[in-house]
Amino acid sequence: MAIDTSAREYTTIKEAAGPLIVVEEVEGVSYGEVVKIVTPGGEEKTGQVLEASKGLAVVQVFEGTSGIDTSKTRVRFTGDIMRISVSQDMVGRFFDGLGRPIDGGPEVIAEDRLPVTGDAINPAARDYPREFIQTGISTIDGMNTLVRGQKLPIFSGAGMPHNVLAAQIARQAKVLTTGEPFSVVFAAMGITHEEASFFMRDFERTGAIERMVAFLNLADDPAIERVITPRMALTTAEFLAYEYDMHILVILTDMTNYCEALREIAAAREEVPGRRGYPGYMYTDLSMNYERAGRIRGRKGSITQIPILSMPDDDITHPIPDLTGYITEGQFVLSRDLHRRGIYPPVDVLPSLSRLMDEGIGPGKTREDHAGVSNQLYAGYAEGRDMRDLVAVVGEEALTSRDRGYLEFADEFERRFVTQGRNEDRSIEETLDIGWDLLATLPEGELKRIDEHIIKKYHPRYRKAGE
Amino acid sequence: MEEKGVIAKITGPLVVADKMRGCEMYEVIKVGEEGLLGETIRLDGNLAYIQVYEDTTGLKPGEPAIRTKAPLSVELGPGILKNFYDGVQRPLEGIRNKVGDYVKRGVYVDALDRTKKWQFVPITEEGKEIVGGDILGEVQETKVIKHKILVPPGISGKLLELKEGEFTVQDTIARIQTDGEDMELMMMHKWPVRKGRPYRDKLDPEVPLLTGQRINDTFFPIAKGGTGAIPGGFGTGKTVMQHQLARWADAQVIVYIGCGERGNEMTEVLEDFPKLIDPYSGETLMERSTLIANTSNMPVAAREASIYTGITLAEYYRDMGYDVAIQADSTSRWAEALREISGRLEEMPGEEGYPAYLATRLADFYERAGRVKTLCSDSEERIGSVTVVGAVSPPGGDFSEPVTQNTLRVTGVFWALDSSLADRRHFPAISWLRSYSLYLGDLREWFAKSTAPDFIEQREEMMGLLQKEAELQEIVQLVGADALPARERGTLEVARMIREDFLQQNAYHEIDSFCSLEKQYLMAKIILQWYDGAIEAIESGIGVEKLERMRIKDAIARMKYVPNEGFREKYEQIMKDMKDEFEELKRKEREE
Repeated sequence: MAIDTSAREYTTIKEAAGPLIVVEEVEGVSYGEVVKIVTPGGEEKTGQVLEASKGLAVVQVFEGTSGIDTSKTRVRFTGDIMRISVSQDMVGRFFDGLGRPIDGGPEVIAEDRLPVTGDAINPAARDYPREFIQTGISTIDGMNTLVRGQKLPIFSGAGMPHNVLAAQIARQAKVLTTGEPFSVVFAAMGITHEEASFFMRDFERTGAIERMVAFLNLADDPAIERVITPRMALTTAEFLAYEYDMHILVILTDMTNYCEALREIAAAREEVPGRRGYPGYMYTDLSMNYERAGRIRGRKGSITQIPILSMPDDDITHPIPDLTGYITEGQFVLSRDLHRRGIYPPVDVLPSLSRLMDEGIGPGKTREDHAGVSNQLYAGYAEGRDMRDLVAVVGEEALTSRDRGYLEFADEFERRFVTQGRNEDRSIEETLDIGWDLLATLPEGELKRIDEHIIKKYHPRYRKAGE
Repeated sequence: MEEKGVIAKITGPLVVADKMRGCEMYEVIKVGEEGLLGETIRLDGNLAYIQVYEDTTGLKPGEPAIRTKAPLSVELGPGILKNFYDGVQRPLEGIRNKVGDYVKRGVYVDALDRTKKWQFVPITEEGKEIVGGDILGEVQETKVIKHKILVPPGISGKLLELKEGEFTVQDTIARIQTDGEDMELMMMHKWPVRKGRPYRDKLDPEVPLLTGQRINDTFFPIAKGGTGAIPGGFGTGKTVMQHQLARWADAQVIVYIGCGERGNEMTEVLEDFPKLIDPYSGETLMERSTLIANTSNMPVAAREASIYTGITLAEYYRDMGYDVAIQADSTSRWAEALREISGRLEEMPGEEGYPAYLATRLADFYERAGRVKTLCSDSEERIGSVTVVGAVSPPGGDFSEPVTQNTLRVTGVFWALDSSLADRRHFPAISWLRSYSLYLGDLREWFAKSTAPDFIEQREEMMGLLQKEAELQEIVQLVGADALPARERGTLEVARMIREDFLQQNAYHEIDSFCSLEKQYLMAKIILQWYDGAIEAIESGIGVEKLERMRIKDAIARMKYVPNEGFREKYEQIMKDMKDEFEELKRKEREE
């Protein structure tokens, strides 16, 4: 790296507290500047200026403050903001949470050095996402369709198979019309070695590893580093998408750990806390990551994001899922109840939602009956679930035959539509056909959400007659 | 001479500058070598606290802070409509042309195009005495809006010269003689965003702002010049609701403010509005709209400013005599911006970390709405209005939080979005039990006169039935519907019809998306007529099951998809078929 002449070195640390250090008697420090710290033990750390005032700088240290003292530790202000060296050669490589190679390979020869914060996409330059992504998973493709350029998180909880699901999506996701595969940029924040190696093994097994970039900050890596990891990943994703016309799927896991790190810094700075101690600017901060998904008019590449977060105590109103849901374009919610009953993937379609679905489905994209089938399945399943609650109170005998039909429908829906294998890659036609098989168990008069002519064309009864 | 101070401290969007004595509150400051836009929000001795509308990364203490000696202002003149601005009125398309696909900092583009020439047609005469608010002439700004060129408030005198022809917004179009000196006027003037534009009189909210949405117009109407709040958790359809109001409200001018929301949602508006046809003018919706977008990832201080920018533009069109509607989505993001800045100022926090002045700021904003007699010479009279609808995003969907509560204190209509309705895909997911409109009393007369004398009675009858349903549902939960008396089951059935066939409205359906007031009235009449018939039938001993299976119910369920034009014929048809079917039921009953 070129040596910046504006770099200045100090040994004037006044205070070290939590992840922060305060350096005094400094000059010309700029807000957001990167800082290199060398402890008396010779350990080198990286930090970033959080507050710059005359003669004083507050610095967050990504690797934590252990080993830092207030007399001998050297602090060098680099005169540059946080950047990452990007290159097409990063594909197939592994990096730590701060973008340093950890796979034993050489340093990346930079094609460009980009600021990790990234500017906001001009809303006038965005292209509305409307290309269907087939994930091969019925609950997603059929009910909560993902489109290219969307940000759609998985709301999970401790102990649920969100990783398996995310890996399956990464493996199977493709755009139907072009058949182009996605390249994956994978950012791990505070997940365990086991979880990380699960992903790596899976990507290796399927060969996906050759077209992916991984940034790993594991559970035993410095917590504060996590606030920068997704930015590293997204900057790389933007470079690959917009400079090399690649379609990138970004998986960020686990955003809950990211938010905890934000809270830790806020607490150390003695900021006025918002809900549950998380900083008041968490919404803005999260959106600066999530909003980097999208498509830009006139550019070929795209960035689709699947952030994963574990809801503390499965509580969807907790600030992390709550603020995320306000920014992302829908959510997949995993259900502990389904998981307990051995159903994989345990996606609960009722609270799940894809806001961009309407534009991504229909003739020419999926199939003309998609919207109707999806709505009807949803309505039928919702009704069946209501019946389950009712049965718990009044017993099954009290139900009418129509009600029993729906009860049955809900069970079958979970058994045949929701449930699928971990390697099962269903085409959208298969998904919709399973949907029709289920709908055929209901009286035809109940299919109010599907147009008459669509029923005549796709309902198994008429199809068989026609064949 | 340029007056400047030096930056002493930078923390996020807040910059503190020293040697700033003499600086005013809310004065615009150019911060740093790049001259980033900022505004003073606190003064303390020589120190000025500045909120900066752009990313502050890389700023250093010691860089200059230059005073502009003017408050944050917007440019008012032709060219506002069909435009797309950020929170401090920078045109986003212009920024894109200049620096590409990302919003870079330190980029300045004029809000109004300086080169474009507009055809100015004078409508007053030289020699006349004129005052602020008087119309000098007109410019055809878009296909549907004649932009009235106003004498800026506070200026009066004798009109010496008035030109005609093609001018840019900065060309002189008129000269007036004020006290002593002559003054030149151009088509554009500036106005500080935090100061409401003056008017002569505020009027009572007697005219509804029709939205084409059945639950809004029939059940909880908003008045022109009124204020409304739409609170709801995520996924309850706040944004779709706001888009629907922006599309179909019978206002002449729409100001849509995307305040701290998703980028793709603004893109959707940008793609839709130039395509969708306004049912009132027959031209596209874009012809009457201006959009302000400060998405969630754009600088937080500009988000704070965006709603003021929006309402000032709205007031300007109001002063021309137009009915203007503002959709602000979402005011919670604005309040969060306020909280973030307040936190950086280390102010004593109020509830949930929001500053103690949150309630005052919200009240100040909503009070700028209203139906008014505008400023102008005594010999003339013009009426215009600004209606404000703000979406609120309560954390966890909990309405007890400060932004929702403080908003409810100052708004006239409460459209409560309910996530359990949204989960059942009942859209719009406005809860009929929790929502209210304070304008019902004032609007009663208008509805009686303009639609039908029994419009409000019908609404009240339907509301009563829904209330009754809520009570009955509690019993049903315990004993099942079969245990209810026939009459009550009839009530449940009609309540279901009101919910599904009247209140549910599909925003994405070509026809159902907009429902005229006449159609709303007739639809309600059909449902209530069915109820009357059903009660009569029950009293003559006909079983409820037979009523539930009536053929006419299919026609009723599908009536929302019948076009507004010609709905009356369909209505006559349904009423006749319904009568016949009830007769048939009774005849069969007698025969058995």
